[in-house]
Amino acid sequence: MFELFTSYFYGKYRNAGKLHYTEIRGFTIVVSNVAGGRKDAMRHFLQELSRNRILFLMLLPTLIYFLINSYFPMVGVYYAFTQFDFNSGLFDSAFVGLKNFEFLWKSGTLFRLTLNTVGYNLAFIVLGNVLAIVCAILLSELRIKWFKKLTQSIMFLPYFVSFVILSVIVYNVFNYDSGFLNTLLAQFGAEPVDVYNKPVIWIFLIILFYLWKNLGYSMVIYLATITGISEEYYEAAKIDGANIFQRIWYITVPMLKTTFVMLLLFALGSIMKGQFDLFYQLIGNNGVLYNTTDILDTYVFRSLKVTFDVGMATAAGLYQSLFGFILIMTVNWIIRKINDEYALF
Amino acid sequence: MRIKEDKYYGLLQGLSYSVTILFSIACLLPFLLIISASLTANDSIIRDGYHLIPSTFSLEGYRTVFRFPEDVLRAYGVTFFTTVVGTTLGLFFMTMAGYVLSRRDFKYRNAFSFYIYFTTLFGGGLVPWYILYTKYLHLTDSYMALILPGLMTPFLIILMKNFIRTAVPEELFESAKIDGAGDFRIYWRIVLQLSMPGIATVGLFLALHYWNDWFSSSLYINDTHKYQLQFHLYNVINSASFIANMGAGTGVSLAGDLPTESTKMAMAIVVTGPVLFLYPFIQRYFVKGLTIGAVKG
Repeated sequence: MFELFTSYFYGKYRNAGKLHYTEIRGFTIVVSNVAGGRKDAMRHFLQELSRNRILFLMLLPTLIYFLINSYFPMVGVYYAFTQFDFNSGLFDSAFVGLKNFEFLWKSGTLFRLTLNTVGYNLAFIVLGNVLAIVCAILLSELRIKWFKKLTQSIMFLPYFVSFVILSVIVYNVFNYDSGFLNTLLAQFGAEPVDVYNKPVIWIFLIILFYLWKNLGYSMVIYLATITGISEEYYEAAKIDGANIFQRIWYITVPMLKTTFVMLLLFALGSIMKGQFDLFYQLIGNNGVLYNTTDILDTYVFRSLKVTFDVGMATAAGLYQSLFGFILIMTVNWIIRKINDEYALF
Repeated sequence: MRIKEDKYYGLLQGLSYSVTILFSIACLLPFLLIISASLTANDSIIRDGYHLIPSTFSLEGYRTVFRFPEDVLRAYGVTFFTTVVGTTLGLFFMTMAGYVLSRRDFKYRNAFSFYIYFTTLFGGGLVPWYILYTKYLHLTDSYMALILPGLMTPFLIILMKNFIRTAVPEELFESAKIDGAGDFRIYWRIVLQLSMPGIATVGLFLALHYWNDWFSSSLYINDTHKYQLQFHLYNVINSASFIANMGAGTGVSLAGDLPTESTKMAMAIVVTGPVLFLYPFIQRYFVKGLTIGAVKG
């Protein structure tokens, strides 16, 4: 959720990110310089910390939090190579090597999950951004101020309700016996549809509800960029005789490029992560729909909580993390080659 | 100078209004459906299904929800508690971290930044995290298990850092130091005051996360008394025997003649009510927070 949010601060974030990157590069240089006298570096580090001990103490809760919450679990990826037994310790479970991965691969699970995860994310990214840009442009053309404010607020509203409410909505509309859709169909004398038994429909429904929930959010981001474009460009274009569509196409759209690229890059970085809440609340444990709707996140969650296959679940999770890591590194590397400005780090 | 609009102008205006109106309806319709269903008599739902306008108006759904209000009130309490504690703690830690990382004279800030940032690039995954929480930290059924996930996120910290960098000029640190203020005092008396808009935005996002969280309950909580509000709702929606269970505890048999469908919808409204009610007042802070980076001045 927060990735998109932050990515919006592309201006600052980009600057910060660049600084960060070069400074980190600077830091590694420093490290390599003192590699010969590591003791010196250590002493220097401790000296620095004791001089700034208040600052260090203020940072300490954060450091401990990430150590426990993020770094400790990294050790646990060892489970992926074991036949997990909940009663024994981390390194006591039977070591099985790559068996878990082999099973995931041979059963085709890994391929199907990767395909679904990446496929849905690509649809989300493309449709989400294109529609958000179109809506933002249209909204920015509205001349009645209160109407503009009101509609913007309404479109942003779905972002604020929980995914459980989303599942209530889906239940309300699509449940077979009394859902709104079937009630409506009945009124026109049509046959009721059993949506919960039709896997293919859910591809569209998931994308639809993703858009319903997130479009307002990205729209607000693009709208802000449009508001920031100087009126002078438009006035000048008007004088030159450009009509409204030409002004949009040749001024507004190019001006949105930076925002678009930043949002795109952040989204690409997390393409292996799914919208777990969305998928789980919409599909739940409805096995009929797994083929078209199962993503890595839901598979891992189910393996953990429903089928208790911890080794397998860890293996799938590790695959997801590693694949994502390699992907983000590659994407970032390519972007640095093309245009350093946009690089994430 | 005013130049006459071209002939396409009207076309675009028409398009703009129709698309925004349609889209707004699409955003509101689902809520109207739920509200309507929550106000419909249960028999009428079972007979004719859900409608946009209640076919038979009735408050029985809400009456059932509040007939045994302990469950929903307790869930409200849990969510309220975790939201307040989590948001307060998270804000406190993250503003401190943002402040420290924004101090250019703190020498190893880049190493620490990277330490925080790296967790977004690679992670152990859900399972090792779950096992750590349950088996090693013994957090099952504790409020900590509801507060710790999402307490701090790397992006919010970096965001906070950027907020502080723009809100507090570097020279202010210097002059405060010369005046004899300690590092924490500078944070408490200057940084917090000056970066209030940023703190409000980050705080609201954090609060929203806690209010809408159901995942932590589903992972770590077995004791139904500690369910978060959203997870309570999730169970109401997903358990057909909800009403029967509700009666079971009190020794009264209620199954059969109670409004289940309308109760589900009424429960959804009760759960999401505060968000819908507060939304008009808080949404501008979210918009402001989102736009602060793009619009200069």
